[in-house]
Order: sequence, then C-alpha cells, then structure tokens
Amino acid sequence: MSFSIIATGSALPKKVVTNDDLAQFLDTSDEWIVTRTGIKTRHIATDETTSSLAVEAAKNALDMAHLSPSDLDLIICTTVTHDYITPSLACVVQGELGADCPALDINAACSGFLYALDVADGYFARGRVEKVLIVSSELLSRITDWRDRATAVLFGDGAGAVVLGRGDALRSIKIGAKGNADPLYSPNVGGISPWRADKTEPECFLHMNGQEVFKFAVSTVSADLTDVAREAGIDVSSLDHAVLHQANLRILDAAARKCGLSPEKMEVIIDETGNMSSACIPIALDRLVRGGRLHSGEWVALAGFGGGYTSGAACFKWD
Amino acid sequence: MSTFERVVKILNDMDAGEGIELTPETTFEELGLDSLSVVEITMSCEDEFGIEIDTDSNPTTLGEFVELIDAKLGE
Repeated sequence: MSFSIIATGSALPKKVVTNDDLAQFLDTSDEWIVTRTGIKTRHIATDETTSSLAVEAAKNALDMAHLSPSDLDLIICTTVTHDYITPSLACVVQGELGADCPALDINAACSGFLYALDVADGYFARGRVEKVLIVSSELLSRITDWRDRATAVLFGDGAGAVVLGRGDALRSIKIGAKGNADPLYSPNVGGISPWRADKTEPECFLHMNGQEVFKFAVSTVSADLTDVAREAGIDVSSLDHAVLHQANLRILDAAARKCGLSPEKMEVIIDETGNMSSACIPIALDRLVRGGRLHSGEWVALAGFGGGYTSGAACFKWD
Repeated sequence: MSTFERVVKILNDMDAGEGIELTPETTFEELGLDSLSVVEITMSCEDEFGIEIDTDSNPTTLGEFVELIDAKLGE
C-alpha cells in the first residue's frame, strides 16, 4: 500500500505571449516555432512569482481534496527557478498556507515531479505520512535568454500541485540519472568572494543542445514508459493516458511511436503553455482530471526527463 | 542488403523524401528534413545497426551518413 493522487491543482500567469509577440523582437516566426516545437503560446509571469503560483496551485489542490493545510504531514516542492536560494520553496509554501509539517525542495529539473512522487512513496512506505502535498512551480522566464531565438521560444511559467493520500493507485515508479551538465544547464551566480579565481559573473540563462536532449528524451521516456507499464502488469499499449513532460511536441510524437503508444493517449498542453520544466506534468494531470477525462479504473502513466540528465516514470491505476 | 539500401528503407518507413530519387548525393535538406528529423532517423539507424552515432556528427548527404554508419560498424 502506497498512495493515491486524491486531488490536483494548477496556476498559470495571466500574461499570454504568442509566437507573433516573440517575432516582434526575435528573428523567428509562428510557422517556424509551431513546426519545430508545437508551441503556439506560453504564459509568462509579470507580477507573479514562483512562490505565488505555487501557493495558488496548492490551494486549488487542497480545495479539491477538501483538506486544510493543517491536515498535511509533508510538503515537497520541485523547482529550478525559485525566488530564493534559501529558504526553500516548500518552506515558503508551508508558511503561506499556514501548514505545520516538514517541508523540503527537490531539484531534479524537468523530472522533479517524478522524483517528488518517489520520495513521497518512501514516506508512505515508512508509515510516516497520511497526506502529502507536492507542488512543482517554475518561472522559466527568469532563466530564459530572451535574445536567443533557439531557446527563448520554448519556455513558459506555471505551477502544478497534487495531494497524495494513503491508497494503492500507484502501481510502479522508477527514477534515474545520467550525470552530464553539458547538454542542458543554467549557471548559478558567481558571487563576489575576493578569493574566487574567475572574476567574471556568469549569465544565469539556460543553455541547451537541442539535438542531444531530443535523443536522450525520446529514448529514455519510451523505455521508462515501457518499464513502468510492464512492472504494473500491463503492456504500454494498454495505457489509457500518458502524461509526459512537455518539452517539445515532436518528442511526444517520437516517444509514442517508439514505444507503441497511440498518439491520442498523450496529454498535450505544450501548444498553450510551452515547456515549464517540472510543472508540466502536474499541470497536464490537473487538466486531465478537471476535464473529467480521467476515470476510475483507467491506467495512466506519468514520465519526465530533463536536465541532469534525470528521468522518471510512474504508472497508476486511477481510483 | 547494403548499408545504403537499409538506410533508404528506414527513410521510406518514416515517409521521408517521398517522390525523390535517393542517391548518395541526396542531402537531408532536399528531403525536407530539419535537425530533429535527422536525429530521429539517426536513432532509427542506431536501432537497425546496433551502433551509437554522435548527434554532433552532422552529415549533410545520405552518402556521408552511410560512410558514418560503415565506419561505426567497422570499429
């Protein structure tokens, strides 16, 4: 007995940026972006913060669960774009909600939500928790190089949350890492230490080798989906829904082809949201749940992949 | 079947370059393939031939691509 996902929530910034908006200051076009990524719009923060979106998503999930913050035994947040280096996003969320429980952050880039589920699974297995809140919140606009047409078109901001309760919907889960900073990274601040050898201040923007990441993503996510489905006792073709990290529509299509999953089972939000790192999966799951399209007894797999490299997947029989 | 013929079969399976006569001089650009499509074809060839091809190899023609595969097969 581990956990079931008993509620979901999400929050997006109000500002919507279209491809045509980007073409105003970048040498790009709507046709180029849509063909290569599937992205039409993205939500970009103006006065919202990583914390404010996280709190809004968390409250939406708690409302759906009919729980109050005092019912929570643990809060796990995932982000690579928090407002602070310290305190953690989870502590900020805990304070804003008025909860009274341990709170911790996980940084596993775009796979963060899967890592958080796996950590939560351990707490349930040890009998330490009854209710867990996971929130994934990202302001990718903060680390996007808006001068670079290759990456600026890809990213967006948003937050997704789930509440976990004791149950047996989770049937299998796996996480992995293949440490290599070169293909996808964003430097941290250099600082002003008088003893630091390199005096240059790095620009804290995302750098990505798109072709290499594409290859990692397609091969890893198709293998992970196959693995978690098999471990859950079904064939990957029997999945009713697949909620994958939304990095590029072409990755979703290629992964579906490679593992033999019907494309229509793939949940797609990237056309509207762009890549929001770890927030993509819980936001897409929230759309599926609130849209009334995820029914009791159906099989749903979640799969993430991204910087690190990290990866993770899980299979649920929804209850 | 030669390496070239096996690559052509993979391209046909992926509906790449329909209606174009494929020769070693044919470029990926002529086939209407962008960089991500080339990565997909590279991955299919990796599965077909049991090799690993670097994404920064950047072959421009089918002939160069076949040479790359043959070199990997010879390693």
